[in-house]
Amino acid sequence: MSIDEETAAKVAKLARIAVDEEALPALAKELSHILGFMEQLNEVDIEGVEPMTSVTPMRLKRRKDMVTDGDQQEKILKNAPDAREGFFAVPKVVE
Amino acid sequence: MSELTSLTIAEARERLRAGEVTSRELTEACLTAIDAADALNAFVHKTPEIALERADAADARIQAGDAPAMCGIPVGIKDLFCTEKVPSQAASRILEGFRPEYESTVSQNLLDDGAVMLGKLNMDEFAMGSSNETSVYGDAVSPWRRGNDTTPLTPGGSSGGSASAVAADLCLAATGTDTGGSIRQPAAFVGITGLKPTYGRCSRWGIVAFASSLDQAGPMTKSVRDAAIMLGSMAGHDPLDSTSADLAVPDFEAMITGDIRGKKIGIPREYRMDGMPDEIEKLWVAGADMLRDAGAEIVDISLPHTKYALPAYYVIAPAEASSNLARYDGVRFGHRAKLAQGDGITEMYEKTRAEGFGDEVKRRVMIGTYVLSAGFYDAYYNRARKVRTLIKKDFEDVFAAGVDAILTPATPSSAFGLGEMADADPVQMYLNDVFTVTVNLAGLPGISVPAGLDAQGLPLGLQLIGRPWEEGDLLNTAQILEDSAGFLAKPAKWW
Repeated sequence: MSIDEETAAKVAKLARIAVDEEALPALAKELSHILGFMEQLNEVDIEGVEPMTSVTPMRLKRRKDMVTDGDQQEKILKNAPDAREGFFAVPKVVE
Repeated sequence: MSELTSLTIAEARERLRAGEVTSRELTEACLTAIDAADALNAFVHKTPEIALERADAADARIQAGDAPAMCGIPVGIKDLFCTEKVPSQAASRILEGFRPEYESTVSQNLLDDGAVMLGKLNMDEFAMGSSNETSVYGDAVSPWRRGNDTTPLTPGGSSGGSASAVAADLCLAATGTDTGGSIRQPAAFVGITGLKPTYGRCSRWGIVAFASSLDQAGPMTKSVRDAAIMLGSMAGHDPLDSTSADLAVPDFEAMITGDIRGKKIGIPREYRMDGMPDEIEKLWVAGADMLRDAGAEIVDISLPHTKYALPAYYVIAPAEASSNLARYDGVRFGHRAKLAQGDGITEMYEKTRAEGFGDEVKRRVMIGTYVLSAGFYDAYYNRARKVRTLIKKDFEDVFAAGVDAILTPATPSSAFGLGEMADADPVQMYLNDVFTVTVNLAGLPGISVPAGLDAQGLPLGLQLIGRPWEEGDLLNTAQILEDSAGFLAKPAKWW
């Protein structure tokens, strides 16, 4: 599977990473090469094989459905690049 | 002074308990060594005040007779671990200025046992790399050199700072994390011991996530015994990590008996790679002889899907990374890009992530995004997960046939020069993990033990792979390799 510039631009958009127009050809080539390496997986007979969901079989633990944590507004906002009046601040989301 | 920093954990423990040395003395010696070793760029955030405070507290505990094995032992912590109020940025620009309000479970366990944190250690950005060249802090440098050649060498990666610091005697031991080989490969490159425990043995809570189904923390130490001691402190069930195993932590150190008679050690034929250096082949044979001489039975085994481990890994790990790294959006922590007039929230995300992530991280996030995207999910991601099932089954089959442990080389070469792989394509760099990555995919414990020097005078390691949850047995076999190989070489000090 080879990735063209348009696909590379789409992937960058989905990943929310700004990529300059000029950088797209090199990026497409690089991603194509890595995906080419993965093509080897097509040689494997996977008929009837279950995809792995958990490497060590274990039951997920259950706990009571109750509040166990909270009241940490100050701590949670401590590292925010822009926090105001007890909230995370971001650019305008809705016009 | 230097004599104190070169102690093993076991030696220091005895001397501390005997009152021959204090934790403060040990800690001061390490802090002095660290300040004189900036050329290695191993410690990237030094925490001398915290260290001395904890050393004094440890000395009080030792005096009171309440001293766990790690009490008073000065250690380094990989930058991937969140440490309360201390910079923890996974060697990434996007976490610049981040000071967690909490402590990772593993570093808390060490702290509870009285271990002394000296500072944070360099690594590849988000643990993505095999040479510590993707770090925002710049390259970590190995204390080893090729004889009189002054070319700076890689300490390996991603736990490169941990490897460099332990090998250079800046600390007694360090934490590492291993997603595809990031403890074992650097340990092999610098001639120290590195243990990746069974998936679920150590809590992942508070460790910056790379690939959650593969990541595991482990000790990087100067001896196999030290790895047993330190793992005992790091490990344990944690309700905050639903994948941490609710199993008792055995006394790993007590399981080192020196007796491996009757153990069956497998030599997997698929690990004999084309173009593998003769020296590595010879070391591998020598390792098998050491175990045979100690009474183990050596058997040839087959792990037929080995060849597909790297391509499967480079689908699964980036897929999980693309999801895990979605949280770096410039809203809750770390870096936010300066916005232009009229920029909205999408521009904020895109600019922040473009500025904050390095090239290798961007590459893996985009590969992960692609293999998870509509139309390719089955072709890549699901196929890779099925291959992973087969890789794990390969191991289950040989263990079911009575094999106790598997012996392989740790790396396909000795350490290379920093920058020497700069023109190679990313896949060339990925090949560093060829012997280690299968272990992560199968969730098994693996240990790298230094076993010899190559013709350039650089360390080479052997890897032992064990059954799930049998780190104790694995460490016991590793001790035989350590004793028989008698690896005592140290890098000549140039820094």
